[in-house]
Amino acid sequence: MSGFLKSSVGQKFLMSVTGLFLIVFLAVHLTANLFLLFGDNAFNTVSHFMETNPLIQIMQPVLALGFIIHMIYAAILTLQNMKARPQSYNKFEQGHSSTWASRNMFILGALVLIFLVIHIMNFFWKMKVSGSPLLAEVDVDGVMMHNSYALVAGLFTNADFGLVYSIFYVLGAIFLGLHLHHAFWSALQTFGWSNNVWRKRLEVVGDVYAVIIAAGFSIIPLYFLIFM
Amino acid sequence: MSKNINLTLKVWRQKDATAKGAFEDYKVADVSTDSSFLEMMDVLNEQLVNEGKEPVAFDHDCREGICGMCSMYINGRAHGPDTLIPTCQLHMRKFGDGETITIEPWRAGGFPVIKDLMVDRSAFDKILQAGGFISINTGGVPDANAIPIPKVDADEAMDAASCIGCGACVATCKNSSAMLFVSAKVSQLALLPQGKVEASRRAINMVATMDRLGFGNCTNTGACEVECPKGISIAHIARLNREFLVASVKNL
Amino acid sequence: MTKLNSKIPEGVLKEKWTNYKAHQDLVNPANKRKIEIIVVGTGLAGASAAASLGELGFKVKNFCYQDSPRRAHSIAAQGGINAAKNYPNDGDSIYRLFYDTVKGGDYRAREANVYRLAEVSNDIIDQGVAQGIPFARDYGGLLDNRSFGGALVSRTFYARGQTGQQLLLGAYAGLNKEIAKGTVKMYPRTEMMDVVVIDGKARGIVTRNLITGEIESHFGHAVVLATGGYGNVFFLSTNAMGSNGSAAWKAYKKGAFMANASFVQIHPTCIPVHGEFQSKLTLMSESLRNDGRIWVPAKKEDAEAIRNHKKTPEDIAEEDRDYYLERKYPAFGNLVPRDVASRAAKEVCDAGNGVETGQAVYLDFKDAIKRLGKDVIEARYGNLFQMYEKIVDANPYETPMMIYPAIHYTMGGTWVDYELQTTVPGLFSIGEANFSDHGANRLGASALMQGLADGYFVLPYTIQNYLADQHSVKAFETDLPEFKKTEEDTKAMISKLMEIKGERSVDSIHKELGHIMWDHVGMERNEESLKEGIKKIKALRAEFWKNLRIPGEINAINVELEKAIRLADFLEMGELMAKDALNRAESCGGHFRSEHKTPEGEALRHDDEFMYVAAWEYKGEGEEDELHKEELKYEGIEVKTRNYK
Repeated sequence: MSGFLKSSVGQKFLMSVTGLFLIVFLAVHLTANLFLLFGDNAFNTVSHFMETNPLIQIMQPVLALGFIIHMIYAAILTLQNMKARPQSYNKFEQGHSSTWASRNMFILGALVLIFLVIHIMNFFWKMKVSGSPLLAEVDVDGVMMHNSYALVAGLFTNADFGLVYSIFYVLGAIFLGLHLHHAFWSALQTFGWSNNVWRKRLEVVGDVYAVIIAAGFSIIPLYFLIFM
Repeated sequence: MSKNINLTLKVWRQKDATAKGAFEDYKVADVSTDSSFLEMMDVLNEQLVNEGKEPVAFDHDCREGICGMCSMYINGRAHGPDTLIPTCQLHMRKFGDGETITIEPWRAGGFPVIKDLMVDRSAFDKILQAGGFISINTGGVPDANAIPIPKVDADEAMDAASCIGCGACVATCKNSSAMLFVSAKVSQLALLPQGKVEASRRAINMVATMDRLGFGNCTNTGACEVECPKGISIAHIARLNREFLVASVKNL
Repeated sequence: MTKLNSKIPEGVLKEKWTNYKAHQDLVNPANKRKIEIIVVGTGLAGASAAASLGELGFKVKNFCYQDSPRRAHSIAAQGGINAAKNYPNDGDSIYRLFYDTVKGGDYRAREANVYRLAEVSNDIIDQGVAQGIPFARDYGGLLDNRSFGGALVSRTFYARGQTGQQLLLGAYAGLNKEIAKGTVKMYPRTEMMDVVVIDGKARGIVTRNLITGEIESHFGHAVVLATGGYGNVFFLSTNAMGSNGSAAWKAYKKGAFMANASFVQIHPTCIPVHGEFQSKLTLMSESLRNDGRIWVPAKKEDAEAIRNHKKTPEDIAEEDRDYYLERKYPAFGNLVPRDVASRAAKEVCDAGNGVETGQAVYLDFKDAIKRLGKDVIEARYGNLFQMYEKIVDANPYETPMMIYPAIHYTMGGTWVDYELQTTVPGLFSIGEANFSDHGANRLGASALMQGLADGYFVLPYTIQNYLADQHSVKAFETDLPEFKKTEEDTKAMISKLMEIKGERSVDSIHKELGHIMWDHVGMERNEESLKEGIKKIKALRAEFWKNLRIPGEINAINVELEKAIRLADFLEMGELMAKDALNRAESCGGHFRSEHKTPEGEALRHDDEFMYVAAWEYKGEGEEDELHKEELKYEGIEVKTRNYK
């Protein structure tokens, strides 16, 4: 097993497993978030479910671990890759042979990470640790729950920073989409689940997914910015 | 139609493996567009010899696109601005009059420069010595038609086997990964019944050797298959990954 | 007078090899690891021999000048490899393969060797398949065959247009397996400089490390030369740029006879020469002649109009095209042997019917595409068509290819006996480097067969007959006086080259030699021109030693120096080739003397005078080489005039 994790293919396998896991997480996360478009009660109910469901609670540390492994191995592999070319080319044309996103997964990942840190501070931290006056409990159909909706709305409709945050969140979603554009097919390729026929199909699936995620997450700040 | 062009060459010169190296500019005049890139380099070298200077050292041998010895990074691309050919089959009709052409050696930790445009690719031999064969001795083998092999498998194995070991995949990969090279051999032998016997051992040992020799990790950008003179597909990398993972599970 | 003992075993032809193997001496397994063998070259013959000897347990040292053994020029062989499998059920047999090869070689090959070659041919295919070589298959999953020149059966196995590559990579894989096991030690980027002979036996070699320039000695109980042919004496050839005759030439000077030096194969289907800057000729596989039809305009004015770009090949009406091979040789048509096809092309071009530069004929696929469809043609020859288009910038699916003969292969080479041993005991020569199997002309797809037969299935047996009593000989120290002297001689030769400090580059002299060889010792020779050629070669050799310029250093990578060392030998070898051609006052196979032809212009042999192998002995600097004759006797085949009509 240690041999496996020391090998390049083994390490990339870990990247792919955690990556695919995060891709699944994104689907769940986006689904939940889209309830914001259906008003405060709808979103608060979903949030409450997420906060109380035991399975979700179990999955939270697993998810964190997934992020951490994905990031650590991204760093390790990228460092190895940089070492593998001690002297760079004077002229290095790559535009015709690969996509920009595929060449810049680490940078895109790092940008997503910056977004993620701020995003966690904006919401997760407040909900789970520090609390916020906006989260004061509300009654939804007889159940008391945090007013998560108010926290989200408060951020994007803030008179001073709302616009900045909205742009920031849209950019985060775009970076994430670019990352996913290469990520999905690439993960399956690393598993060995690709060939010349399936490659094209999987790339289309990956692109469609990337667009849904990027557009889906962008809609939310834009919705608050424009309609609220 | 053939015509003659004038060029400026910006060529990497490096005395030996330990020297630092730098670019030098040369002018070559009246190069026929019908000549090959290496013939243009011959013209440059003839010029340098006549000036009493040391000619540019570069690897080349068969000059018909199959030995895999030629290895130049031309204007930012492995084997220059054409597809499905190594440098020896690149022709000057791909360049314009007055153009400046940048010529560099393969750049990769696994391929150290030994002089000018020559690099040491013995790492590729070492990888194949780790398992790129079927362990049978001469003689005592079954009749050639004893095992029927589906035509599609034989053809796909041939696609992989057409690798010429030039190293363009490593040179062009942003990570200097040798996965396309390794996968071509693993995939060829995995597709054939004769090769299945020791498929697991082969995949594990060849990947381990590749890692040890300082090549980077494949990030599936696909640049290698675009620049491969034989158009070897990264579908073979998928098969290598599959073979490796299955072998790893078996070894648990 | 003759010193030649060909050691052909007694008995009827088809039992000779079996008898030989049954009675030869072998080396005990425990003694094998005490015996060291040097193999120079890593082509089909060298790699297969080194791997097979390693498997047997010998300690093998294998050398090549390239950066990897995989790059040896066998890799460039395109079309295929012959074997007498008779899978297509079209009447092939070992005897027929033997017959075709001897006849194709115009009755100048050694019968017993050729029969053995045909016998082991089938084992090569089995071996290749077991190694994982992806030969072409049909939909039933079995191996496919195609036909080649000089045969009426389909016996050629192939892997697209890359058969040589696949066979070489198979042998190289075997080599890698042995390198990993430690039985073979590989010395890439190392060029053999000389053979070391101690007490009349070959005991090692002196090499130059091409990276450091270091001169080193290596001991071996036996030395095997698998160094290929010397076609590059012509400068322009289908050989690799580094292919050279130096190992064979150095062996020659140490007492190994050189046989039939003038037998050079001119391959009919190469991309024509198009300029003085050209460095190399590219072959288009002979397999193309299966489906392509060769023609030139029947009218000289049409040919001229094409040369002046006033007409295109498409403008020439069917009845104005001369499909000259089909016309002259209706039985074999476009699939006549190489020497015949080459000469016919030269004839029509000399008559003024050539196209492009005047030195080119058409190879047309129009009819084949009409008959089989573009897809079938693409599947068969796609990679060759692509290569042609990259080089010539014309699409052979739409317009006919242009081809012209070019130097391709040397049937001549170091003289060897039935055991593949040269006249120096302990020195062996295999593959294209020796002379034995192809006579005066080699049939297509037979070079791969011979290289691998020698390396896999012949040498590993016969060398043991020599080595059987050698295990008691302890490995020699390489500081013995014989090694030291050879090292000193090599260093002196290199210093002498470096110190000429003249005006001319190696290539400029090599090109000049090439022109002399092509004009005087080329496709058509005669007494007068050969004599003139010899004079010119001598003059050029003097010029070389007076006016050469090699920049750079001795103890470093120095490509000009490498080329100069090889050219120095070519300049001597070329002369022997001309002498050999002069001596052989007949026409046979690739050797065509214009004084000796039939009224129809075909080659005219003089069997009463020349049914022998001409083996030349080096007598020292400035001395005339001495000719020895090995009479050729044919017991299993009736000697006839070749007829492909």
